[in-house]
Amino acid sequence: MSTSELPQGPSALEPLVQAAREGDHRAFDELVRRTYVETYTLAMRLTAHEEDARDVVQETYLRAWRGIGSFRGDAQFTTWLYRITANTAYTSVKRRRRHRADALDAMIHDPAEMRLDAQPEESAQQSAMLDRLSVALDQLPPKLRVLVVLKDVYGLSHEEIADELGISVSAAKVRLHRGRKKLRDLLYDEARPQSGPDGGIEHAV
Amino acid sequence: MQCDDVARILPEAVGGGAAVEDSVQRHIDACLRCQAELARYRKMLRGLQLLRTRYLEPAPGLVAQTLALIEEAGEREARRAILSGKRMAYAGAIGGAAVAAGAAATVVIVHRARRKAVPAAG
Repeated sequence: MSTSELPQGPSALEPLVQAAREGDHRAFDELVRRTYVETYTLAMRLTAHEEDARDVVQETYLRAWRGIGSFRGDAQFTTWLYRITANTAYTSVKRRRRHRADALDAMIHDPAEMRLDAQPEESAQQSAMLDRLSVALDQLPPKLRVLVVLKDVYGLSHEEIADELGISVSAAKVRLHRGRKKLRDLLYDEARPQSGPDGGIEHAV
Repeated sequence: MQCDDVARILPEAVGGGAAVEDSVQRHIDACLRCQAELARYRKMLRGLQLLRTRYLEPAPGLVAQTLALIEEAGEREARRAILSGKRMAYAGAIGGAAVAAGAAATVVIVHRARRKAVPAAG
């Protein structure tokens, strides 16, 4: 995949969003192409499972296509898409938790293999740290992971997250607190015996 | 204020999610252990923010598959709309015919009633 297919600024999408809202199917198809990598990445981060992420992305775009006419444009299109993805992924995570809980840990992907190549600005040290962070993130319990990803990676507000997940704002805050604490424990408490004083995330960022 | 108390507060406070009391700030300023812990959380959050632009590559063909699904759903919904339009037209025609028949029956009944009433009046 070339870098030109990576997500573009929100203003570049505006004419396409406008056309899609007016029923232009080609414009919507182009929106799918331009936002696909970003939506897929979010779905992968939320579900930590490739097959589920694929289903989530397809469902997200179907819902977006059905709802584009009522998209008011008071938020960015990508933020709107994040929220649909979050809602769809959360439903998927809950369903998966009920039916296939044991398989979740076994299916954790290797982020080093999944990463796009064209990111030269990333130093090797930082890259190693981000790999470790991705793995730790995938090891979080799904309900905590969703909160950490949406708040700390994608910057959604507590209110937006609570709204999409159908939980209270205070529940969102509690889960975020627990998620950050658990992530910190995964990164630092488990890394020390293996990495020694110079390893781990300590010197990477 | 103890280090354990600060450790409990840090996960929320580090992202600006909670105001830090003066007593907590004073403890951190004077405690190397808590400063190190705060630095870990800050590094973790910076790393998470960097993940935002670290894109993962979808399997080849997935975009085309999604576009095909949308097209398929579009065609299905268009067919459904046409069918529901036809149903509405049928229902409208049946309703219209019923109203017309009712009106015709009323006219006939009224006409017959008038014809019966005329000799009686004479």
